[in-house]
Amino acid sequence: MLWRQLVRGLRALVDRPGTDRDVADEVQDYLEQAAAAHRARGLSPDAALRAARLELGNVTGVRERVRDYGWENLPASLLADLRYAARRLRLAPGFTSVTILTLALGLGATTAIFSAVHPILFASLPYPDAGRITAIVETRSDGGRSSGTFAMYHAFGERARAFETIAVLKPWQPTLMGAEQPERLEGQRVSASYLHVLGVSPSFGRDFQPSDDRLNGPNVVILSDALWRRRFGGDRAILGQQVRLDDNGYVVIGVMPPGFENVLAPSAELWAPLQYDLSEGRAWGHHLRTVGRLRPGVPVAQASLEINALGRGVVQEQHPETYDPNAQFAALSLQDELTRSVRPALLAILGAVLLVLVIACVNVTNLLLARGVQRRGEFALRVALGAGHGRLVRQLLTESLLLALVGGVVGMAVAVVGVRALVALSPPGLPRAGAIHVDAAVFAFALGITTLIGLASGLIPALQAARGDQHEDLQHGTRRTAGGHRRTRSALVIAEVALALVLLVSSGLLLRSLERLFAIPLGFDASRLLTMQVQTASHRLDDDSATRRFYAAALAAVRQVPGVTDAALTSQLPLSSDDDEYGAHFEAGPAQGAETYDVFRYAVSAGYLETMRIPLRRGRLLDERDGVGAPLVVVISESLARERFQNGDPIGQRLRIGPADGPPFTVVGVVGDVKQMSLALDQPEAVYTTASQWRFPDRVMSLVVRGRGDAAALAPAVRQGVWAVDKDQPVVRVATMDHLLAASAAERRFALTLFSAFALAALVLAAAGIYGVLAGSVAERTREIGVRAALGASRRDILALVLRHGMTLTGLGVAFGLAGAVAATQALATMLFSVSRLDPVTYCGVVAVLGGVATLACSVPAWRAAQVDPATTLRAE
Amino acid sequence: MDEPTTDVIQGTLDLLILKTLSLEPLHGYGIARRIEQISRGVFKVNPGSLLTALQRLERAGWLDAEWRQTANARRARFYALTRAGRRQLEEETTDWTRRVAAVARLLKAEA
Repeated sequence: MLWRQLVRGLRALVDRPGTDRDVADEVQDYLEQAAAAHRARGLSPDAALRAARLELGNVTGVRERVRDYGWENLPASLLADLRYAARRLRLAPGFTSVTILTLALGLGATTAIFSAVHPILFASLPYPDAGRITAIVETRSDGGRSSGTFAMYHAFGERARAFETIAVLKPWQPTLMGAEQPERLEGQRVSASYLHVLGVSPSFGRDFQPSDDRLNGPNVVILSDALWRRRFGGDRAILGQQVRLDDNGYVVIGVMPPGFENVLAPSAELWAPLQYDLSEGRAWGHHLRTVGRLRPGVPVAQASLEINALGRGVVQEQHPETYDPNAQFAALSLQDELTRSVRPALLAILGAVLLVLVIACVNVTNLLLARGVQRRGEFALRVALGAGHGRLVRQLLTESLLLALVGGVVGMAVAVVGVRALVALSPPGLPRAGAIHVDAAVFAFALGITTLIGLASGLIPALQAARGDQHEDLQHGTRRTAGGHRRTRSALVIAEVALALVLLVSSGLLLRSLERLFAIPLGFDASRLLTMQVQTASHRLDDDSATRRFYAAALAAVRQVPGVTDAALTSQLPLSSDDDEYGAHFEAGPAQGAETYDVFRYAVSAGYLETMRIPLRRGRLLDERDGVGAPLVVVISESLARERFQNGDPIGQRLRIGPADGPPFTVVGVVGDVKQMSLALDQPEAVYTTASQWRFPDRVMSLVVRGRGDAAALAPAVRQGVWAVDKDQPVVRVATMDHLLAASAAERRFALTLFSAFALAALVLAAAGIYGVLAGSVAERTREIGVRAALGASRRDILALVLRHGMTLTGLGVAFGLAGAVAATQALATMLFSVSRLDPVTYCGVVAVLGGVATLACSVPAWRAAQVDPATTLRAE
Repeated sequence: MDEPTTDVIQGTLDLLILKTLSLEPLHGYGIARRIEQISRGVFKVNPGSLLTALQRLERAGWLDAEWRQTANARRARFYALTRAGRRQLEEETTDWTRRVAAVARLLKAEA
């Protein structure tokens, strides 16, 4: 049987004329036999032939049907279909380009966003059994997070049974010294178990051992593959060699594999043992991150319960002073923990791009339906000429597939560019940004969806043409349309407008949030302010007084730089992600008991408050007199003063900062509140002391410089000023305050940028949809409009007629869209800032914009309708 | 033609062709006539469907086709049942009888 199929098919392929002749002969024979039979019943030869023809039907059609049977015909007819489809599409460049661009936009944007979001939210972390890696976190009773402590890590490590191993880590920024310029590196100090928790090990060399991780243990370091190649030429002989970090020798014991992704600190390039110093009560200092690897089969929730019980037990047994008695402890999946802050924004962006994809699909459907209506005449003609039903459907499928294919190729280009743009735009806090790449699976999925929609909407007209009344279609050519179609297309336009409105409202709300955010008073003057971090790295400055002398000299040098009007040093810089919090213990007064507040501690040079232009509210600012040996003084923020003293006078009151048995500081002044962590965060309690009165010198200080003109232009001169004092000390994180300000809102701006882009795309697509439907409707109703004009309708009436049609569609779309927006903006709630998600200004503005664009889209077809000349139209009938 | 004509019941055309050819080899028009005659004009065969079906059955190996010269010096294609075709006919007949009996029982039960 198979054999026969094969042989017959091959014969047909090799000898096409022969097979064609066979089929023709057989049909001809049938015809003649039938005619003969009719003649035998007494019909005249002509009548007999006619009767036979009637019986047989369309001779060509029959011949085609018989001839088309068989597998060998498939490729040829597909190729013919493809050629014909390409020709048809070339003949309608407007339709073709709009459809392809719409498809490409929808596909490209969706693929780009999914590609970006997938590794962050959905793909598991790039480690073996990543589901077993957890973060161990502490929550204070006020809901805020605290960093972990070494003592707690120690207790967990000894007692927690749910974990295979637990590790702690903290950031480390050593300076690599050598023949070249000193280079500041990002690294981590980790407990020996860190790489075991992640489940990775060096590609050569060895992992840390418990014996490396003790105070004054050996100085050993593991390098990243990138650092090893960049600074050491990828030479494997590096193992066992010493490198100079912060003026100390470290022995290289291993190099990580090239693909190692360190999700806890993506820019870290080297790792050294923590070698934690437990003296002076540091065991309870909150400045470590804790992670753990669960034993196989232990659920995260169970581990979390165990950790909480253990942690609370430790707090109750030992009541360490740095712990809130009601602190809670939990183990969370590391992936959830890493994506916690960006998850709402990413999900909202994902939702937005899905809306864009839906709008693109609706638009393509609309275009294909419109085209189907225009081509009814053509289909009817082809059916009349003997085109089979199946053949017509196949032809339309081919056209839709060709469109989808070209759209897909262009869409892929959009996706590639889009992913690059996303990575470039992405806010600095985005986890796993390095793992973002164009995701082929997502692209295939999106292409599949749009192709299906293209096929479905392309098929409707074909099926209708195949079973419809061809006679009528033939007569009326392209000028008529079916009412049902017009309703479908109107519904689709309404949907488009509604979806566009949802996107516009969302981006409008984000825009208003950002406006509100930047309208927030910072508490200082950010204009023409240059900032940088000055660190101490060499043993020459190990001595405290040497460090203090270096900073004083560096500041004096910077003040001499031409163009600098003010300069000062501070231990932490607002909006730079510095976070240095202490407990401020107020002494009991006549009216109040003793109480402790969490405050930001600023150890500053005299003149800092003036340089930042932080306003003085009461008392005096810090000055040069408040030095070593002088009475200890402190300036506090007005919120702290109000919280502690309400309307009482804080001047002269005393407080201790840090250890409760430390020396007391006397309040000499009250200054305005400052935004420290971010614009959106309200955490205004702060204390300022002079650096020289603080009990130890900070080894990392931020320099703030106010210039006369462009602050950024001062950077090289200021840096040289510092290096003129000591060229070995690193100067890093050079940025203007304006830049820090923008960066502090980077996540919101990222979301806003994407939403605006999507909303704009949606607006354009919706406008195109309205225009398309109206233009089609005007073209189809030319005759009716002509009759109206002939019967006395003025141009104005006709203009109004078309405009009314368009505005009705828009109005309905807006109504549905408003309802949709009210529901959809719930997903945005966490990203809004002091704007209600029902903000009337936004809604009104968006409706106005959409209305304006819709009117514009309506006006062209309306104007065209008004130009219809009744005489021409009626004569043409 | 006593009874009104109707199109061949969907799916039975193959069976009818095989049955007709089990009596003697015929060409396309002959098969159509024979089906009309035997069914007393109840079934009217669509020529396009018939010729396509013949092509299909031939390729399936149930029919053999042979060109013969006709009286007026034209070529006509005659079809004959093969052994596989005969088996297929038996199978389809059994199947059909079973179905008809089932439908008949159902109709009787209704009445």
